[in-house]
Amino acid sequence: MLMKYLFAKNDEIPAGSATIFFGFSSIFWFVVGTGLGSFNAAKLAFPDWVTGTELFAFGHMRQVHVLAVIIGWISMAFGMTMMYMTPALGNTKLWSEKLGLWTVFLWNIGLSLGLLLLWMGITSGREYNDLIWPIDLVVIFGVLLPLGINVWMTIAHRKTQGIYITNWFFGACIFMVMIVFLVGQSPELFNLTGLTEAYLTFWFAHNVLGLWITPVAAAIAYYTIPKLTGNPLYSHRIGHLHFWAIIVFYSTPASHHLMSAPLPEWLKSFASVEGVLILIPAVAFVANILLTMKGKWTMFVENVETKFSITGVLLAIPLNMQGGFQQTRAINWYVHGTGWIVAHAHLALLGMSSFLEAAAVYFGLQQMLRRKLYSLTLANLHYWFFIVGFCIYWISMTIAGLIQGAGKIYEVPYIDVVVAEHPYMIARWVGGTMVFTGNVVWLFNMWMTAREGTLVPEGRYAHELAYER
Amino acid sequence: MAFRRHKFGSAGIGLMFGFSMCITLFGPSNDFRSGVSTWVGLDKQLSLGRVIGFSYEDPTVSGDGKPITVILNKDPKTGVAIDPPIRAYVYKPGVKFSPGVNHPELLGPGVEDLSMRDGKISSASMSSGAVFTVSKGVFNDEEVDYIENASATRGWTPDKTLRTAGDANSRYVGKGKTIYISEGCWWCHTLLPEQTQDWQMFGQPPFLGDFNGEMPTAFGSDRKAPDILHVAARNSSREWMTMHFFNPRLVQPNSIMPRFDYLWGKQDANGNSIDFAKWRADYSDYLHGKRIYAPEVPEPARDSEVRALIDWILTSLK
Repeated sequence: MLMKYLFAKNDEIPAGSATIFFGFSSIFWFVVGTGLGSFNAAKLAFPDWVTGTELFAFGHMRQVHVLAVIIGWISMAFGMTMMYMTPALGNTKLWSEKLGLWTVFLWNIGLSLGLLLLWMGITSGREYNDLIWPIDLVVIFGVLLPLGINVWMTIAHRKTQGIYITNWFFGACIFMVMIVFLVGQSPELFNLTGLTEAYLTFWFAHNVLGLWITPVAAAIAYYTIPKLTGNPLYSHRIGHLHFWAIIVFYSTPASHHLMSAPLPEWLKSFASVEGVLILIPAVAFVANILLTMKGKWTMFVENVETKFSITGVLLAIPLNMQGGFQQTRAINWYVHGTGWIVAHAHLALLGMSSFLEAAAVYFGLQQMLRRKLYSLTLANLHYWFFIVGFCIYWISMTIAGLIQGAGKIYEVPYIDVVVAEHPYMIARWVGGTMVFTGNVVWLFNMWMTAREGTLVPEGRYAHELAYER
Repeated sequence: MAFRRHKFGSAGIGLMFGFSMCITLFGPSNDFRSGVSTWVGLDKQLSLGRVIGFSYEDPTVSGDGKPITVILNKDPKTGVAIDPPIRAYVYKPGVKFSPGVNHPELLGPGVEDLSMRDGKISSASMSSGAVFTVSKGVFNDEEVDYIENASATRGWTPDKTLRTAGDANSRYVGKGKTIYISEGCWWCHTLLPEQTQDWQMFGQPPFLGDFNGEMPTAFGSDRKAPDILHVAARNSSREWMTMHFFNPRLVQPNSIMPRFDYLWGKQDANGNSIDFAKWRADYSDYLHGKRIYAPEVPEPARDSEVRALIDWILTSLK
C-alpha cells in the first residue's frame, strides 16, 4: 500500500497515511530494539549463551540496539507525532502527505541498511555516532530534511494566529538536530582527530539527547495532555520558558560527559554549571504538565494514553534530579562510567521519553485510523509490563552502578565487581525482557485496532468512546 | 499570513543556538590546537595510520591499508646493530600516512618544526611508501619527540625494513586497533583511566598530547570490564592473552567477556583447520569433570585477526 501511495498524486492520498505508516514503523522498531536489548542483557548475565559466531557477539549487537531504539523507535515516533500534531495545531492539513510517506520509506530503508552494516562491524567507532558517514548523510538529507520541510511548511501555512508551544519545539528541534548531525559528522568527513574527535563525539551524543530526544518528547506531552483531559495548558508562558531555556542551557554542557578526560578545565566547569541549569526547563516542563492535570487526575487511572503520558512526566522528575547533579565534579567521579549511567540513560530514553511517545502513538493511531483501541486489557498489559520491567531494569542497574563506584574507590580487583554485579545483570535481563514482551503485545493490539477496532464517529475523539474489550 | 512571530522566533533561535555553538565549538578548538604531541601521541598516530574505522582505504573495517609497526635491532640499510632496539612504522606504497605527516600543524609547536626540519616528513611520498621513527630533539631548550622520515634521513625502504625485522618483530598494531573497534571491545573496556581515582588500579590517566592525530579515540563510556589503556604493563603474556581471547573462562572463571574464538579464522599457525565443534565438546567435557585438562587453544595463524589484536595490546597499551 505504501508503494501505491509513493507514486500517487498528493491529493489522492488519504490524510493521516504518513502518520499511520510512521506509527507502525516506530512500534516495529521498538519491538526490534527492545528485543535486541533483551538479547544483549542475556549475554551479559550468561556470557556463554549463543557463542562462537561473530553475528551474535555482544560487540556487534550493542550499538544496533542503541540506534534501533533512538533512530528507529524514538525518532520515528517523533516523525509520526509531527505528521498529525503539526497540522492539527495549525488547523490545517499536512503540507505534503506524499513527502511524509517518502520520508518514512527512506527512513526505514536507510536505517535498515545502516543497522545491517553496524551489525557486520562496519562502524565509525564513535559512540552514538556509530553509523558510517554515508548513512549519516542519508539520515540528514533523506530523513531529517524532508521531515523538517514538511513541518516548517505546515507551520508556515497554518490557519491560526499564534504558534503553539509544541510546534515551536518541532520546528526548532528538527533544525537543531540537523546541525548537530552535520557537526557531529565533521570528524569523519574532514578527518578531525584526537581530542577534537573525542569531544565532538560526546558533543553529538549530548545534543542529540538534549535538542531532540527529550525536548520533542516534552513537546508531545504539551499536546497529548491538554487534548486528552480537555484542560487548556496551565501556562503557555511557562512553556516558552521551557523552550528558550532548552535552547540556551541544553546546547552547551556536552563536555560533562568527559569529566575525567584531559579536556580544558574551563570547559568542564562551564559544562557543569550549565548542566545544573538544565533543571530550569526541566522543572518548568514537569510543573506545567502536572498543573494541567488539575481536576482530571482520575484519567491517570482510567485512560490508557493519559496513564502512559503522565508516567513519562513523573519519570522526568528523577531523571532531571539525577541528570542535573550527577554531572558535577562532586558526584561524577563516583558514578562515571558505571551502571548508574546506564540506568540513567534508560530512565531518559526508555522511561521518560518512550512513555510520552507511546501515549502519542496510541492516541495518534486511533485518531488517524478513526478506530477505537482494540483492547484495553492488552493496553494495560503493555503498560504494566513496560513500567514494571523498566523499574526492575532501572533499580538493578542503579545498584550495580553504585557497587561499581564503590569498587572503583576502594581498589577492589575488577573481577570481584563483576561477580558482585552478576545478580543485577540477571535482573536487568528480566526487566528488559518484560519491556520487550509488552511491546510485542502492543504491536498486536495496534494491528488488531487497525483491522477490527470500532469505527470512531465523525467529530468525536477515540478517547471519548468506551472501551469494548 | 504575515505573522512576525515566527520571524522573531527564528532569529532568536538562531542567535541563541549560534551563541551556544560559539562557546562549545570555537572556544575549545583553540585549546585543542595548542596540545603538543607526546611520545605516546606520536607512537599512536604513526602505528595506527590515517583512520581506524570506516574509511575509503578500509571500507569493511577489517584492517586493510594500515601501517605495520616493527621492532628493529639492526639498521635495515647498513646492518649496524641498534641497541636498545627501536620502533619503526612501515608504510608500504599506497598506505595512507597518519594525519600528522600530511598536516604537521596537528603535531603542536616544536614537534611540528623539528619534524619538518630534522625529520624531513614533507618529503615522504605515499606512492613509494615510507618508514618513520620517533626521535628526540631539542626545540627552544626543551626536549621534544618528533617524527623522523627514516626513508629520507637514513634510506630505509619499506621492503628492506620489513625483511630486516622479520615476522617475529612485526606488530600489526593498526589492524589490531581496527579489530578492537569493529568487534566492539570498547563497549565494555575503556581506554581512559579517570583522573580522580583510577591511578592505583588502571594506571596513569592520559595527557593532553597523547591523542593528536588519533581517529577515533574510542574512550568508551560504559565500563563493564577493566580499563585497558595500560593493560600490557600489568600483564604482558602473549600465551595468557591467547587463551583469554579464545575463551576467557579458561583463565578467569568469573569473566563475562564473550569468546572471541572466531577471530582465529579457519586455520591455525601450522595450516591445520581448526575443529571448533570438537573443541567445544571437549571443553564441555572438561566443565563436567570428564576431562582433567581443558583442550589446548590453537596457535593463531600469522595473518589471523586475533594475532593483530594481541599485537596492538602488547605493543601499544603499556
